[in-house]
Amino acid sequence: MDFMVFQYPMISVQACLDGILLGILFALIAYGMALQWGVMNIINIAQGDLVILGGYIAYFMYLYGIHPAWGVIVSPIIMFFVGIAIYKLVINKVVDRDLFISILATFGISILFMQLMNFAFGADVVLANSDYGTTMLFNNNVVLPNSKIFSAFISILFAICLVIYMKKSKLGRAIRATAQNARAAKILGVDTEKVYAATFGINAALCGVAGALISITFTIHPYMGLPYTIRSFMIVIVAGLGNLPGVAMSGMGLGVFEEFADYILGTEFRIGSVFLLLVLILVYRRFKLSRKREYLK
Amino acid sequence: MKINKLILSFISAAVILLSTSVVSFAKVVGDKIVLGAAISLTGKYSSNGVHTQNGYNMAVDRINSMGGVKVGGKTYKFDIIYYDDESNPKRAAQLAERLISQDGVEFMLGPYSSGLTKAIAPVTEKYGVPMVEANGASRSLFTKGYKYLFAVLAPANLYLDVAIDLAVEKNNGKGVTVAMAFEQDAFSQDVRLGVLDAIKRTGSKKVIDDKLPKELNDMAATLVKVKQMKPDVLVVSGHTKGALTAIRQISEMKVDVPMLAMTHCDAAKLSKQHGKNSQYALCASQWHKTLTYKDDFFKDGMTYDADFTKEFGYAPPYQAAESSAALLVFKDAFERANSFDQKKVRDALAATNMQTFYGNIKFAPGGQNVDKPMVLFQVMCDDGGKCENKVVAPTKWASAKLIHPIPSWSKR
Repeated sequence: MDFMVFQYPMISVQACLDGILLGILFALIAYGMALQWGVMNIINIAQGDLVILGGYIAYFMYLYGIHPAWGVIVSPIIMFFVGIAIYKLVINKVVDRDLFISILATFGISILFMQLMNFAFGADVVLANSDYGTTMLFNNNVVLPNSKIFSAFISILFAICLVIYMKKSKLGRAIRATAQNARAAKILGVDTEKVYAATFGINAALCGVAGALISITFTIHPYMGLPYTIRSFMIVIVAGLGNLPGVAMSGMGLGVFEEFADYILGTEFRIGSVFLLLVLILVYRRFKLSRKREYLK
Repeated sequence: MKINKLILSFISAAVILLSTSVVSFAKVVGDKIVLGAAISLTGKYSSNGVHTQNGYNMAVDRINSMGGVKVGGKTYKFDIIYYDDESNPKRAAQLAERLISQDGVEFMLGPYSSGLTKAIAPVTEKYGVPMVEANGASRSLFTKGYKYLFAVLAPANLYLDVAIDLAVEKNNGKGVTVAMAFEQDAFSQDVRLGVLDAIKRTGSKKVIDDKLPKELNDMAATLVKVKQMKPDVLVVSGHTKGALTAIRQISEMKVDVPMLAMTHCDAAKLSKQHGKNSQYALCASQWHKTLTYKDDFFKDGMTYDADFTKEFGYAPPYQAAESSAALLVFKDAFERANSFDQKKVRDALAATNMQTFYGNIKFAPGGQNVDKPMVLFQVMCDDGGKCENKVVAPTKWASAKLIHPIPSWSKR
């Protein structure tokens, strides 16, 4: 136990800001996951691998002398088509099957992607330098790398665009209709097959944006996808499906919680404590549900 | 139907008979000494696995072209059977079994990484197959009482204790404050134990002791603590991702610390990926090309570096150099044993006392090399942004003077 975080108030400010910036980025990945989970009832284990692949696109742009920030535009475009291709090849065969089959299928895709990326890009850990510099706040006591601020800003921008698109566009409405009731939507003339493909494509594109941002802020490696899958899974579990503000809040909340756990309990308990929180939330949810059920009786 | 079954069982019986009788080809066939190695050619260790294989191959070619191995008045040549262990310990152990019991290999070379060496060592030990390994540094490999395991490299606990000694020396012999950030894996935790020993020995004090997760890509929290506590030394070990993450975030967060010591800098291509931001970082290394050790096959480090670069198109990291050294050790042991008897070769290996371009080699009873200290190099960049690694400690091999303390970010 260490209470440094309370002795130096600036550390609390730093922890909060770090957690929020990190959480926003994770929320973007989680939103993609929630979207396809809600619409297609598929839990995508390959989510993190799509993120890493998006990161490699930005990294290669950086290698060829293009600023990696352009990756946030190029990467989602390429990843959208990668997503569609995965849908056509694999996902459309498992989309109406039970959850277990889709988990197995996406787990297979995840392994395949890891190995292919390792084969194509090598097993080295790489990163793209943005040279964005640093923002110092509160008399230099709080430091925020501009790359993290940039990441959070871009994530928010994409999230807002997506929400507007979902509300206003024809395809967006079709996606929401399919999520509510696929059969009814089909009867009313929605081409659900197209909706599914588009949803998977949009999710992959979001992963592409997040991957490009991660190559700028952290590091990428063919085998680093799984932690991102688990993290977004947790955020979705806490927030529930199909609610973007919930996903954003839960992303940031988990981010801040994680930072404080690091300072107070120690770095080795950082991830463990997040899992503990997840268990507590699930137990609480169950408890609340069972109370409701009793009331209904 | 019955006849079909009969034929089928006959064929399977024949197959089983054949497959068992193929076993135990001689391991020394004609004029060839066949060594076996399971190496990570795919999977997460594949880059270093390839370095290891290139190091082995380079030494095999060199030894064979310079007269081979002389045993019992006859000249033999080295040959290696490789299998890909897919960076997976279970697979590595299976392959070791296969090399020994199916391919009949009697002498083994090590895989890449401590984890895989740990998986293979019980197998080679069980069959009494001498293994010279060059890429497993974890201390726990040498405390199990293995009799057939020999490592040409210095154990993990010696990686960064030199840095603490250096900091104490710069502090006029007085103890220093140390911040530690180590990944939670066998290797990094061994490095940590070595640093803890050094802290105790020098009367220093640890102020931060963070254990980073395996999927480490963010150490901002640790660095905030470092900013607050202002330690004299920051030591980081977390393989290549640890080294890259540390430099990225130290430069972004403008963390000023008088001394920064790390592992895996050259594997991470630190100066290439981070340029000037990696300047002044101290890195532990098993080998550096400027060291003045010599042997008859590769001459010295500079020649090895040039020859390797010519052959493979990239400068040899220490993983390649130590792998080449493993072959030199085997050759020396075969010639001294003057026999292919595994026990005699094992005893000859245990009595090894030689110098190679890679360093002196002499094995402790546990199997680790005790005659080769680690070196520390410092990343130094010129004004044009071109960076080079220069050895700064131990003083005997230093090719440049240590820059200490590291200038603050506001002055860089």
